[in-house]
Amino acid sequence: MGALSLTALEVESLRLSLWVSGWAVVGSLPVGIGVAWVLARLRFPGKVLLDGLVCLPLVLPPVVTGYTLLVLMGKNGLLGSLLQKTIGLSFSFNWKGAALASAVMAFPLLVRAVRLSIEAVDQGLEAAARTLGAGPLRVFFTVTLPLILPGVLAGVILCFARSLGEFGATITFVSNIPGQTRTLPLALYTLTQVPGGEAAALRLCIISILLALLALVGSEIVARRLNQRLKG
Amino acid sequence: MLDIQLARRQGRFQVNAAFQARNTGITALFGPSGAGKTSVINMVAGLSRPDGGHIVVHDRVLFDSDHGINLPPEKRSIGYIFQDGRLFPHLTVRGNLTYGMKLTPRSQRFIGIDQVVGLLGIEHLLDRRPARLSGGEKQRVGIGRALLTSPRLLLMDEPLASLDLARKSEVIPFIGKLPAAFSIPIIYVTHSVDEVLQLADDIVLMNYGKSVIAGNMPEVIQRPEFQDVLQARGFFDGVDGRSAGLPLLQGPAACLKLPLMNCVTGEPARVRIRDRRE
Repeated sequence: MGALSLTALEVESLRLSLWVSGWAVVGSLPVGIGVAWVLARLRFPGKVLLDGLVCLPLVLPPVVTGYTLLVLMGKNGLLGSLLQKTIGLSFSFNWKGAALASAVMAFPLLVRAVRLSIEAVDQGLEAAARTLGAGPLRVFFTVTLPLILPGVLAGVILCFARSLGEFGATITFVSNIPGQTRTLPLALYTLTQVPGGEAAALRLCIISILLALLALVGSEIVARRLNQRLKG
Repeated sequence: MLDIQLARRQGRFQVNAAFQARNTGITALFGPSGAGKTSVINMVAGLSRPDGGHIVVHDRVLFDSDHGINLPPEKRSIGYIFQDGRLFPHLTVRGNLTYGMKLTPRSQRFIGIDQVVGLLGIEHLLDRRPARLSGGEKQRVGIGRALLTSPRLLLMDEPLASLDLARKSEVIPFIGKLPAAFSIPIIYVTHSVDEVLQLADDIVLMNYGKSVIAGNMPEVIQRPEFQDVLQARGFFDGVDGRSAGLPLLQGPAACLKLPLMNCVTGEPARVRIRDRRE
């Protein structure tokens, strides 16, 4: 019984991880769908640049992304100080910063999944909806969005799973603060740095694997339901 | 009165169509594949923008390049029935039927769902999803969906092209009933002589992106331009007449004996005679 129940440290980092990843998904989803739509449907000068910018975190070393965030969004950063002054929103050394780092790192995965599903939507259906009296915005919410739901779900799961594993950008941007930014991977890293922490690290390792499996199985079940709906 | 005059350049293909149609009945937009028929009705529906010209439906200007008028498709009150059905896969048949109806203000609705469902014979399909409908059923639902927006004009883009012979004969009678049942004019795009002869009251002949001739069906089918098309397709002529008691058809010049004819005495009928000369 004692071996199976979670320690206070495990509970704290697990809860923080789910909280941070959840907010990373919630925050990046609307933006991600918007950017994916723009990339899938519009043609404009500078599209290659936007595409590249979105994908950048995928190929940059996470430390570089984290440091860039620190410079831009930190307390004295260009955008960070502005946000702090105008709406009192601070990303420096708190869980919001951890969520931002996770969101940025996972953003390319989200956009890619959603973009592919938007490109697969039959635009004839959207044209049909227009002739039935629906304006562009209504067409998006009543036809396009329901049709891309499986893709959005795939993107959300990828984004969530990637956020759970986020390490490099987070530790660079918002450091390793217990209860604020010490998520599962950071807690695991901390344990490997102290003598005698191997057993506890192994437990966190197993928790991480279980969590990832749970997310994947869950998404598989929801995806099947959605497909079932389209097949009648 | 429908007054349509439009021009559009699509790559190296130039569409130039000008014709008028009456407020009643079925006007066939007829011509070989690639003649620009679908381009024309896409412009009428507002799905693509003409380079110039005007589209007037019932005294309402939908497009006029001189005055900078170009209503978006959702403001045109035009029903569109697509060749491939285009039913929404994520909605049931009922959801598809009511999609446009709910967006039509109550005061502008003059077609009810019970009336449409009854006429098209789709009561038993209402809770199904489009994936579980046959081709003919899909087309009937597509017709119902467009009708329920209470449109001022119906556009049909080869609605029978993707159906086999049995499914075609399942849908044709429904289309024939529409103008009388709902008093909505129909522009019917087709390359099939069969469908023109069975359904059309008026006809616009299109070729190489241009409208060649337009007019009343019995007149147009006498014209040499139309005869050329018919002969090229292996058809000889159409004979209009009245059923003079079974099994005789009284035509303008002669009485035809038609053992398989099945219609009421005195009812107008049209016979097509296939040209078998090689």
